[in-house]
Amino acid sequence: MDNHFEKGLDELRQKLLTMASHAETAVNRAVQALVQRDSELAIRVKEDDRVIDHFEVEIDDLAIQLLTKAPLATNLRLVTVAMKISQDLERIGDEASKIAKRARDLCQEPPIKLSLDLPRIAALALEMLKVALDAFVNKDSAAARAIIPRDKEVDAMNKQIHAALVQHMEENPDTIGRCLHWMVASKSLERIADHATNVAEDVVFLYEAQDIRHTGVKSGIAPGL
Amino acid sequence: MPATENPMQNATALAVRNLSVFFGKNAAVKNVSLDIAARAVTAIIGPSGCGKSTFLRAINRMHELNPEARMEGEIKLFGDDIYSRNIQPVVVRRRVGMVFQKSNPFPTMSINENVTVGLRLNGIRDKKTLAERTEQSLRMAALWDEVKDRLSAPAISLSGGQQQRLCIARALAVQPEVLLMDEPASALDPLATSKIEDLIRNLKKDYTIVIVTHNMQQAARASDFTAFFYLGELVEFGPTPKIFTSPAQKRTEDYVTGRFG
Repeated sequence: MDNHFEKGLDELRQKLLTMASHAETAVNRAVQALVQRDSELAIRVKEDDRVIDHFEVEIDDLAIQLLTKAPLATNLRLVTVAMKISQDLERIGDEASKIAKRARDLCQEPPIKLSLDLPRIAALALEMLKVALDAFVNKDSAAARAIIPRDKEVDAMNKQIHAALVQHMEENPDTIGRCLHWMVASKSLERIADHATNVAEDVVFLYEAQDIRHTGVKSGIAPGL
Repeated sequence: MPATENPMQNATALAVRNLSVFFGKNAAVKNVSLDIAARAVTAIIGPSGCGKSTFLRAINRMHELNPEARMEGEIKLFGDDIYSRNIQPVVVRRRVGMVFQKSNPFPTMSINENVTVGLRLNGIRDKKTLAERTEQSLRMAALWDEVKDRLSAPAISLSGGQQQRLCIARALAVQPEVLLMDEPASALDPLATSKIEDLIRNLKKDYTIVIVTHNMQQAARASDFTAFFYLGELVEFGPTPKIFTSPAQKRTEDYVTGRFG
């Protein structure tokens, strides 16, 4: 293809990375709003979600334009993967908005007396996303593969938080409403890690031309076993 | 990956072994070996001068029309060595038909005369047989409905796309086993191209088709297998979806993504 086409592919990569940084910021701010009971920050996350949504539309639009030029091989995989990654980033933005909404609701009520390590689960989910995106930039499919099994850790942390909240609700029924907000926020972080996993799988497909979804890579089981 | 559900899929129509074709001292095709599947479409792609047309012509001994041409290696058509001393080139060309880039109907002949010219040259005179074969060939070439009411009209009164389908009908009339196509749609508009591609897909039920094309989207749309030639060598050969989504060779990747060629 011509230079014009290469420029289009570069623009696509750049837009994805800019969108990703917005999504990361949204998750960080949402968790901060939740932990620090900052309702203004929570409102900002909701507002900024429109920017992320807009990127999804822009990236799809650009990808469709590039598809009319009939890219093949790596270029074809890049364009199709970009559409999928942008969708995952958009969903991450949505999850951040959900967390922010719960943060805003929780700000209206007294805090519950239970220590929940949501920043830790958030940090791991965001770490997974960062590694997947770095792998995208650095063409490092091995790094993308390596991060995928960590989704299990996130799942385990979410389960722990879930169990702690259930126990707290049983013992303090007056906190059920607030505990459910925390439960939803924790579940959203777990979903963010799922989306990061999807991005990592897309990066493997992009650079290895191998579809590793639903093949047991996540649980560390080799395909075919 | 099976290209179709046809049980004949895995049969080999053409077994090419260590084929080299020389024009004088220049090797246009260098030591190429591949098996072309029966009742499937195989596309040959590669930059200009890579040897793909020469390869195609060697399959029906057309390159021999150039007195400088010489070949080494072996090509078997359903087990028969097409370069055997016992086989006349004209017999090979009846079993392996060819359609060219530019449609070339005989300008002084009518539509039906064009279709039956090969049969008449082979001594078939029976009017009923000729009429039957004309209709059958034009139907297979998806041209019958457009010309059935004017079979005596001059072939050159047809549009470019129709002329090309007429040439395909002419090639089919002698009932070949293999149909070679050298950029059959490169001079046609998108609609006429799409008709030729539909036709190619339909014809593979009965024929083995080898198509040379510069248009990679055409190869992707119309073929089951793709061979990439570069500088006379076969670089990569495999199922078409694999070649166009994840080629194994870097040179194939570079070519299909437009980095050279």
